[in-house]
Amino acid sequence: MNLLDLLFFFFSSLAAGGGLLMVVSKHPVPAALFMILSLVGVASLFVLLEAFFLAILQILVYAGAVMVLFLFIIMLLDVGPDGGKASKIRILSGFAGAVAVGLIIVLLLHFSQQSGFGLSSNAWPEINADSFVNGSNLTFSTSVKNFGYGLFTKYMLPLQVAGFLLLAAMVGVIILSKKFRIKKP
Amino acid sequence: MELVTPHHFLALGALLFGIGFFGVVVRRNLLLVLMSLELMLNGVNVALVSFSRAGLNLDGSLFVFFIMTVAAAEVALGLALLVALYKRRQSVFSEDMSLLRN
Repeated sequence: MNLLDLLFFFFSSLAAGGGLLMVVSKHPVPAALFMILSLVGVASLFVLLEAFFLAILQILVYAGAVMVLFLFIIMLLDVGPDGGKASKIRILSGFAGAVAVGLIIVLLLHFSQQSGFGLSSNAWPEINADSFVNGSNLTFSTSVKNFGYGLFTKYMLPLQVAGFLLLAAMVGVIILSKKFRIKKP
Repeated sequence: MELVTPHHFLALGALLFGIGFFGVVVRRNLLLVLMSLELMLNGVNVALVSFSRAGLNLDGSLFVFFIMTVAAAEVALGLALLVALYKRRQSVFSEDMSLLRN
């Protein structure tokens, strides 16, 4: 067991444990902080997978922007902890959720063992630092250059659509949170 | 990295997705439901990046980029809706959103 394996187990337990604590914590503020922990764990896993740009993006977008927005809204609304009464429907929904999650994980693991997803026996192929574009295949690379090249050639239309989606979301948020004064005739 | 295979990363992605799904089903605080949705998307992201790395193909990583964009837009809109709901109902718990029940 070398250092990378140890790092994988450390960061994956960080991601999964943070997520689990987020789901079970009663008060929303610790839940948001555990969520940040989980997101940082996922970003470190991206670093282990040598997707450095995505790791930076994960930290900036999720831990930086999204979770700050969450904390801001939690503090703005002053949300208290969940009510303690364990009604029948809550127990039932908890049971149903646990069964569904168990089924999802067991079936996924079974499928992954059976088919192997067609991954090659060489688990982590070497990244060729010089490889740029191979036909229409964009080869995996640690550099941001390949990322940008892929975004602006093969994925040009989705990129524009994503930009338009952000614009639409911005307009929607402004309309939702603006107070419209009803004009009296 | 010999011991840790792509399957480990896929199992972790499935686990994160499962935890997020559990949160979406069980929690009644809508803020936590939104956070659990983020966790589900993160599980998918881990699986996509590990496929991308193991297959030496950049498409998966580019797709993760778009997922992040959609997640950011979704969170912004969801929180705006939540604030608008709070203004009407003075609550963020899902059992209080019962306008369509009957």
